[in-house]
Amino acid sequence: MNWTWIFVTILVLALVGWYLSTTAGRLDRLHRRIETATFALDAQLLRRSSIAIELSVAGVLDPASSEVLAEIAHDARLATDSSMDVRVSIESALSEVLIKALDDPEEVAFLREDPAIADLMDELSAAIRRVELSRRFLNDAVLACLRIRDNYFVNWFHLAGHTPLPEPWEMQDRTPEGLTYLGA
Amino acid sequence: MSGDIMRIGLVCPYAWDSPGGVRSHVADLAFELRARGHYVDILAPVDDPNSITDGEVTNGGKPVSIRYNGSVARLNFGLRATRQVRKWIQENDFDLVHVHEPMAPGLSLLTLWVADGPIVSTWHSSIPRSRVLASMNRIVQTAMEKVSGRIAVSEDARETLVKHLGGDAVLIPNGVRVKAFQTGARHPQFDASIPSILFFGRLEETRKGLSVLFDALPAIIASVPDVQVFIAGPGDIDEIVKGLSDSVLDHTVFLGRLNDEEKIQALHSADVYIAPNTGGESFGIVLIEAMAAGTAVLASDLPAFSRVLDGGTAGAMFKNEDSADLAEQAIALLGDADRREALLTSGLQRVMRFDWEHVVDDVLAVYESVTVSDDRVTEDLRGQIIGRLSTGIPGLR
Repeated sequence: MNWTWIFVTILVLALVGWYLSTTAGRLDRLHRRIETATFALDAQLLRRSSIAIELSVAGVLDPASSEVLAEIAHDARLATDSSMDVRVSIESALSEVLIKALDDPEEVAFLREDPAIADLMDELSAAIRRVELSRRFLNDAVLACLRIRDNYFVNWFHLAGHTPLPEPWEMQDRTPEGLTYLGA
Repeated sequence: MSGDIMRIGLVCPYAWDSPGGVRSHVADLAFELRARGHYVDILAPVDDPNSITDGEVTNGGKPVSIRYNGSVARLNFGLRATRQVRKWIQENDFDLVHVHEPMAPGLSLLTLWVADGPIVSTWHSSIPRSRVLASMNRIVQTAMEKVSGRIAVSEDARETLVKHLGGDAVLIPNGVRVKAFQTGARHPQFDASIPSILFFGRLEETRKGLSVLFDALPAIIASVPDVQVFIAGPGDIDEIVKGLSDSVLDHTVFLGRLNDEEKIQALHSADVYIAPNTGGESFGIVLIEAMAAGTAVLASDLPAFSRVLDGGTAGAMFKNEDSADLAEQAIALLGDADRREALLTSGLQRVMRFDWEHVVDDVLAVYESVTVSDDRVTEDLRGQIIGRLSTGIPGLR
């Protein structure tokens, strides 16, 4: 053992230490981002289902649509503590019902002649847009996180701590054609 | 939450006192956000501190000219710039920082590096090839991971981001102040009784397609003998007119460089605005301005233009680089006032989608999504040896 070897060993250890500490830092930040984004998506989904319930009782949609919408929107409100799979399927179903009900720009334009309904439609389209944004931002963070965690070193050194592997949130969230402004 | 007043920091990497697309986007965004009561501070490099008014921007240092993404840009970077960004973050206590063109080697990238908390980024240009992006070194990757909400202004910009970074971005187009374009006088050099065509663009820049238009003119003049062609934009006219026939020259008026007001006047006066661009456009804001001003648009069928014109319903299109097709479409349009009127009606509808009022709603929705946790923007000292050093060097303080 001579000084060169000791020096090289220290250098390698320092580099490994730097790599591990910055990677842990990146993971920590991404985990926080995922937490914030999940919280945001949660809030927007709740807002969307509340407005959907309002719309279902406003008496402007046909009775069948109102009934279906009311039921699925209530389910969505009650599912906030359910597992991700359950929520994703209920929220996607809510999106499908909204698309079915509001996909025709001409019909929606007709409904909008009532100013109160126009306001409700604006709120709903804002909520749908925000669901779309929050979900996209959440999935961005999840993908970035998965990319780092899919690494031998990260697993070996338990850099992710006890945080479970995040999952992307895949759901239907298309805006109904009738709610995109001016049909554009 | 949407009613809350936010403290927002905007970062423009390009020199504030040179005109440019990103710069005016940031200025317009700041204007609209302030109009809604938000506190906004802009950080940008400044060439000549006397050229800016007090409080307009925070001076992010003197930029240097460097080659970036195929042209020369005025950017600022380095230790001193990093320190300025750090100071700006420390002093302002922002709810959110919104950086523009984060890949450009300038203040935006530095902000991502030294700040932590709710950060939004907007990608403006499409970057076809980039060695930095291809290798995506660790520091740049780490900086990009801090962005909570990614915005792209066009489909091409979004593809750039997806290709190089993975993930996705939300599409929020550039805004246009539609109202500003709707009112205006006629340009004095236009005669309302004479059919007129208008072209904008730097004369020598081949991708603006002026030569495609010139090649089409003989045919247009043969069909519409009293047509007048107005060419606006900076450039060497003597160089351009070489090789043009006398007949073409007789029908052509060069307006030179127009200021904003004259530009609106010209758009108000022309019957048809022609955009023969041959490529390199990611958005086509000038088409939107023309539609807002009430001018019928005839544009090459570039993907970016086709998207803005909604596949041809909001404006006419011709086959890119095909002068014969351009002539045919222009003749048809000049001779059919009803068709022009119909294009204007759908064009104006189309344009409202790009009005800043709507665009800023979308941007605020993004801000709202990333600020739910009440975190603020703070300094990030973790893992930044150079960052810590630069705050510690007395001479730099």
